[in-house]
Amino acid sequence: MFLRNPKAQTTYDVIVVGSGAGGGMAAYQLAVAGLKVLVLEAGRTYDPVRETPMFKLPREAPLRGGGTRDKPFGFYDATVDGGWNVPGEPYTTAPGSSFSWWRARMLGGRTNHWGRISLRMGPYDFKPKTRDGLGADWPITYQDLAPYYDKTEMLVGVFGGSEDLENTPGSPPGVLMPAPAPRAPELLTKKACDPIGIPVIPSHLAIMTKRQDADTLPRKLHPGNRLAQRVLAESMRSRQACFWATPCGNGCSIKANFQSTTVLLPPALATGNCDIVPDAMVREVTVDPTGRATGVSYIDKLTRTDRHARARVVVLAASACETARLLLNSKSAMFPNGLSNASGLVGKYLMDTVGAGLSGQIPALENCPPHNQDGASGEHMYMPWWLYQDQLAGKLGFARGYHIEFGGGRGMPGPGIFGGLEAYTNGAYGKRYKEEARRFYGSFLYFDGRGEMIPNEDCYCELDPDVVDQWGIPVLRFHWKFSDHETRQAAHMVKTFSEIIGAMGGTVVGNKVETDGSKVIAAGGQIIHEVGTCRMGTDASTSVLNQWCQSWEVKNLFVTDGAPFVSNADKNPTLSILALAWRTSDRLVDELKKGNL
Amino acid sequence: MESVKSVGAVDGVGMERRDAVKAMVAATGLPILANTLAVQTPQTPGAPSQAAPAVHSGPRGTPTDPDLLHPKAPWPRKLSAHELATLAVLCDTIIPADAKSPAASTVGVPAYINEYVSAPYDGQMRDLVRVRGGLAWLNTESTERFGRPFSRLTRDERTRVCDDICYLPNAKPEFHAAARFFDLVRDLTATGFYTTEAGMRDLQYLGNVALPRFDGPPPEVLRHLGLA
Repeated sequence: MFLRNPKAQTTYDVIVVGSGAGGGMAAYQLAVAGLKVLVLEAGRTYDPVRETPMFKLPREAPLRGGGTRDKPFGFYDATVDGGWNVPGEPYTTAPGSSFSWWRARMLGGRTNHWGRISLRMGPYDFKPKTRDGLGADWPITYQDLAPYYDKTEMLVGVFGGSEDLENTPGSPPGVLMPAPAPRAPELLTKKACDPIGIPVIPSHLAIMTKRQDADTLPRKLHPGNRLAQRVLAESMRSRQACFWATPCGNGCSIKANFQSTTVLLPPALATGNCDIVPDAMVREVTVDPTGRATGVSYIDKLTRTDRHARARVVVLAASACETARLLLNSKSAMFPNGLSNASGLVGKYLMDTVGAGLSGQIPALENCPPHNQDGASGEHMYMPWWLYQDQLAGKLGFARGYHIEFGGGRGMPGPGIFGGLEAYTNGAYGKRYKEEARRFYGSFLYFDGRGEMIPNEDCYCELDPDVVDQWGIPVLRFHWKFSDHETRQAAHMVKTFSEIIGAMGGTVVGNKVETDGSKVIAAGGQIIHEVGTCRMGTDASTSVLNQWCQSWEVKNLFVTDGAPFVSNADKNPTLSILALAWRTSDRLVDELKKGNL
Repeated sequence: MESVKSVGAVDGVGMERRDAVKAMVAATGLPILANTLAVQTPQTPGAPSQAAPAVHSGPRGTPTDPDLLHPKAPWPRKLSAHELATLAVLCDTIIPADAKSPAASTVGVPAYINEYVSAPYDGQMRDLVRVRGGLAWLNTESTERFGRPFSRLTRDERTRVCDDICYLPNAKPEFHAAARFFDLVRDLTATGFYTTEAGMRDLQYLGNVALPRFDGPPPEVLRHLGLA
């Protein structure tokens, strides 16, 4: 049920701050476990079934759907009041630092528009320091999280292949949905990559290529829990398989892909155990004199009034940076540096993903016979990192790997189509331009590297003492500096892409391959994979959370977003956030039952 | 998915889309709001009924939360009728009619460029100056060379002007600014044209249709790529 304000007399077992991947998963798991849950969301309600612009054409949108400062990923992108700038909610950067912070102020948060890439972290990724001496180890292993990866993939619906490669774990049989057939440019790329030793394998995307088995999966995922089985079966029966059209980034009204708003929140609400308050900007976790969390204070954005909600347990899932901000702003006599911050590490070890890209023009793809290349949104194939042994032997000059996302071809014509074509046609215009357009359409491919960043002392967020947002809440100030590991990795990315483009008989767009990684690396925050800030660990002096994502200092405080991440493997974080949130929720339920909270 | 299968025939994107939307609506459940209220635990007799929640729902209609199903470009347009007339001739010089598709101006490209350069964003405001300045230059240059404005030149005369500015690396220094203008209008014309149904048909873009399955490339494509 959606509420403007929870009734004063209502007492909740758990307050969940945020409704995206981490908050949605926590709300669902806690509600089906029978707990009374209140979800506070800083943005408005959002309903993908009613609001998604399915099949809409660029021509129907302002600026042919192109991005603006108001809608950075394009008009139809499923982002409300968000992007690099949120109206009335600024952030600052320290001198010399470049960092951009993407937020979405809507139910479901960024899960409504995300890329759906769902890669498991591998065994090496949990113990990076043990392997190469850099960064820090997670307090858990791949084996600890693997059962939750299995269950999460079955719950949300993920397609993928059967490959099981070094530090690129496959899933047990029956967990994933079948991967879709590769597109023509993907097959051509694979043919070029095979001889140069770069593996090209099916992507794992949170998109359903068939309907979920609502008769057996709910029992498998929630053994012995009739309520959970009922609401999940009902939810699964309302979801359709992908029909191979209209971009996932706009949301999906047939619920074929994973969005918190189509997959997690509806069954959570259907339990009758979950309330959601939208437009609720949480500013502080409140504590009692013994140091236990008692609830949260928040601003009701519609009335600009301050409110308080109480619960036995507080779960923060506001996003890595917003969660850190919330803890830092939760100052009291007992916690003068902010809540759960005795280690001084809240906000520290902020990471993003290393990104660099290159495009190529591929003559073999010119004048391709027309056919529908839409498929699922995003790539059907990708390249996992393949140089683990060379890297460990110190041959590469940077310590961590990247995977490659690629695409292009005969997609729907959109804004900017044929920008730069003059360089291939000697400035064609007139009838010749139309002929050249037909020839070149579909012959451009892009390659994007997505690599692991090693946490460092120079990348963190803190409160800016001089600035508050329009709700009166002190804002974050970001500090950012990549190390040589990241910039060298970025240089390796573009060198690799130019080799692939060359192996395909193509030419690099712009004809220049930059060798200085600092000139091609995406600025901090641009890849929108920010994690860290409240890392988990085995020692309260060197971490903020224990191995259950539970605060060392405040026993009834948990974190289920990207903040607990100890490292940021090249694998896109959402699947791991979901799996970790499920594991944390199970622990929370157990501890409540045992009376330990 | 049966209802979706019935819309697999390829016969024009607009028709496809409407059919698919119908199928989609039929296939899906109720919206999340109604759905969640409908599946609340049953009311006990005498308990207060579940009234519609007192929350705002749906887009607020602001620039950062526009109505995506009813798009609008609400800003006032800035180009004059005279500028638009010159622009239309230039657009059709860049994308004229041929056997496969119509000319740019017949599918609304000048109106799109006007929408674009009138938009209240930094990049577009810069481009407005370049487009206006370029259109003025085009008429001045045409008048100096041929005694008439651009829109009244013969096709051969227009070609002689455009050949001087159609590619920056080949353009003489005195034509550099005009070449940048020409390149901008060419890119905008391409965006405006190829995003229309006529333009998508010209390129033989065949997507944006609901399909029962995705089969990958057909045999003729594999042969074309040497993958068969």
